[in-house]
Amino acid sequence: MPITITMPALSPTMTEGTLAKWLVNEGDTISSGDIIAEIETDKATMEVETVDEGKVAKILVPEGTEGVAVNAAIAIVLEEDEDESALSGYQPAGGPAPAAAAEAPAAAPAAEAPAPTAAAPPKANGGGAVQAAPPAPTNAAGERIKASPLARRMAAQAGLDLTAITGSGPHGRIVKADIEKALSMPALAAAPAPAAAPAPAPAAPSSEPQPFEPEFEFVAANNMRKVVARRMTESKQQVPHFYLTVDCEIDALLALRKDLNARGEGEFKLSVNDLVIKAAALALMKVPAANASWAGDGIKYYKTADISVAVAIDGGLITPIVRSAEQKGLSTISVEMRELAGRAREGKLRPEEFQGGSFSISNLGMYGIKQFEAVINMPQGCILAVGAGEQRPVVKDGALAIATVMSCTLSVDHRSVDGAVGAEYLAAFKKLIEDPMTMML
Amino acid sequence: MAEQNFDVVVVGSGPGGYVAAIRAAQLGMKAAVVERELLGGICLNWGCIPTKALLRSSEIYHLMHRLDEFGFSAKDIKFDLQKIVKRSRAVAGQLNAGVKHLLRKNKVTVVEGHGRLAGKGKIAVEKDGKAVADIAAKHIILATGARARELPGMEADGKLIWTYRHAMVPDVMPKSLLVIGSGAIGIEFASFFNTLGADVTVVEVLDRVLPVEDEEISAFAHKAFEKQGMKLKTGAKVTKLEKGANNVKATIENNGKNETITVDRVISAVGIVGNVEDIGLENTKVEVDRTHVVIDEWMRTGEPGVYAIGDLVGPPWLAHKASHEGVICVEHIAGDNTTHPLDTSNVPGCTYCWPQVASVGMTEAAAKEAGHEVKVGRFPFIGNGKAIALGEAEGMVKTVFDAKTGELLGAHMVGAEVTELIQGYGVAKTLESTELDLMHAIFPHPTLSEMMHESVLDAYGRAIHF
Repeated sequence: MPITITMPALSPTMTEGTLAKWLVNEGDTISSGDIIAEIETDKATMEVETVDEGKVAKILVPEGTEGVAVNAAIAIVLEEDEDESALSGYQPAGGPAPAAAAEAPAAAPAAEAPAPTAAAPPKANGGGAVQAAPPAPTNAAGERIKASPLARRMAAQAGLDLTAITGSGPHGRIVKADIEKALSMPALAAAPAPAAAPAPAPAAPSSEPQPFEPEFEFVAANNMRKVVARRMTESKQQVPHFYLTVDCEIDALLALRKDLNARGEGEFKLSVNDLVIKAAALALMKVPAANASWAGDGIKYYKTADISVAVAIDGGLITPIVRSAEQKGLSTISVEMRELAGRAREGKLRPEEFQGGSFSISNLGMYGIKQFEAVINMPQGCILAVGAGEQRPVVKDGALAIATVMSCTLSVDHRSVDGAVGAEYLAAFKKLIEDPMTMML
Repeated sequence: MAEQNFDVVVVGSGPGGYVAAIRAAQLGMKAAVVERELLGGICLNWGCIPTKALLRSSEIYHLMHRLDEFGFSAKDIKFDLQKIVKRSRAVAGQLNAGVKHLLRKNKVTVVEGHGRLAGKGKIAVEKDGKAVADIAAKHIILATGARARELPGMEADGKLIWTYRHAMVPDVMPKSLLVIGSGAIGIEFASFFNTLGADVTVVEVLDRVLPVEDEEISAFAHKAFEKQGMKLKTGAKVTKLEKGANNVKATIENNGKNETITVDRVISAVGIVGNVEDIGLENTKVEVDRTHVVIDEWMRTGEPGVYAIGDLVGPPWLAHKASHEGVICVEHIAGDNTTHPLDTSNVPGCTYCWPQVASVGMTEAAAKEAGHEVKVGRFPFIGNGKAIALGEAEGMVKTVFDAKTGELLGAHMVGAEVTELIQGYGVAKTLESTELDLMHAIFPHPTLSEMMHESVLDAYGRAIHF
């Protein structure tokens, strides 16, 4: 029987994506592991690998099609011993394809397979219709979320996001009781549709020219831009932010960096940011209460310092993660960060490389920014905004002196991390930065 | 006098107590049980197990009357009641020895005697009126069980009026028998004696037999029992028992009218009361509601360090519930955070009458009362190949689902071997399966279990074989 290739869900938040490019043509033979297409997801362009073998009989969704729903049929593959006659009457499996996709094959010669319109309705069995089983969801790190079938269905019916629920069953399995608990908490029980229209809507953002608006060029948002817009809005609307700022003297750190780089003999080149990553991670180990995220009905305290580092890329930004940075040496962090940032700019990060960190750093020092407040990267509890290191007058032992000072501001989610904890964290961070040899211990 | 220190001491070695002690030992705690009578408690010595041995004998007797149907012939089919009882006692004896072995293997200390709470973290054990041990324990689990409830003026004498305990070792085969109460215990004995040929009358104060079961199952069982010659009086009440020399005259109030019947023996099976007396609860913060100790979800009583499990803490009065409570209690004491409070809707119940009855979760009526919109599936034994091959085509499997979520709310079965089947639904419920998971599960052919699948399919209008 012909095999249907469907639109894969490449990240947990992905409901639809753009089929950016086909890397195979109709008639091509493919085998397991071949890269057959590129798909633009929420955050990056991803390659689609096939697990099937055979001949590409039909491409159902032309490249460049936007808004292809996850699980929609995108191509049909014939197995080795099949010829095109197998296509006759074959209905591709999978969810509805977007209208654009449905039209494409319809234009094909009538002699060929009947045009698959939207997917066939579920077969009526006896008298009873059957509810679809929600697919096993994944968390930010792409791991399967353990949830009972009943819990999955209840969550789907209530429009609850399983990633926001802590499971109380065996091995952290989300069970019915957890869903019921979540539903009893209004914050999490986000109704699938808002009950009432929000009061006097401010002029809704629109691509159309508005009265008295100056001339503009409209750039349609790509998926990344949409995700950035949505997540930042959610963060500022939902997360009770507060901010703590500390000044760190970094002359010793700069000296250490210079010294280490000299010894590296070109094998590595540590940046100030690499040292900041390491210090941030070690400080999290000293103040583990800051290594937290709000989980709806509790707080997750992470055991490793998985540092998300904001990297500006064309058209947006992304946060590749240095996992377990507390355990890594400076040169490892440096090499890893350089490599991650490089692939981030090419849009080639895998979901697990930019989803699921425990703490974020945003560094705008290289632009000369003295100090700023970053927007929290939900669901993480803290993000550290790092400013430029600059020479400033400081008072030492009652006399004016010159020191290189770097201002750092911690944005904190008050639901998971309190003021004193945030302050304690910054103090630990400052101590490591100002006495960088202690990072080597 | 021995004085000993333990991490966990369990008072009572029934299926709750001995299991709790073994689990405690597995978790590295120093554990002991205090038992005043026989290891294994009522379940093993005077309850679940010996009655199953008796019922097996009656089942064989019943089958022997159907020999012709299966192509055999035999003459002079008779039974020896004393041999049947002897076998039942031997089975209990074997398991009692087994528990002793298990406790020894797990290094659980057994203290013989009557245990009482004696101050904080202390248990005093007395045997034959003498103090034999003072035990100190960080955690004390009360698992003293329950005993038959007695109706005033109708107390058992062991001669003419029996409790389960007397009925299990009958000295004579009664020609006629009155069973008061149609719960699991009453109906099992009614079934046993009825099958062996006694003229059995069952009086139930509620409006149906096996009143905790689903109404349809009760009705099905009612018909089956009547077909076997049992007389069932529901919504009726025994108001008086007058003992004669070797019989009893019973007055039964039925639909506002009094009738009297005379029977050889009476079995009183009108429920149980918790053994809360004489275990030192006075001067503690342990709270008792009527005859049951009040506990929280981790089996803690009001007194710090004192826990209670099993029949002592209330329904369902089932051995496997007691065992599981013992395990939860001990795991919680040990700080095992993977353990979970008991969900009684996942505790199956089995009655070994003929036909057998088994269920788990809510009845259809209870589900509706709880506000569920339900989908109900039914499948009859007559539609199952294995049932027909076994010559056991009477019975049904009923399933109750929440129409919205597909949650399996309850399953109810009557028929051959259903007590061995119900755990399939028990697992499904515990894993929170929906109808889809059960539909996708593959049930082996030919088995009675296929009916479980069909019943689920039927709830969604998809049964294949009926």
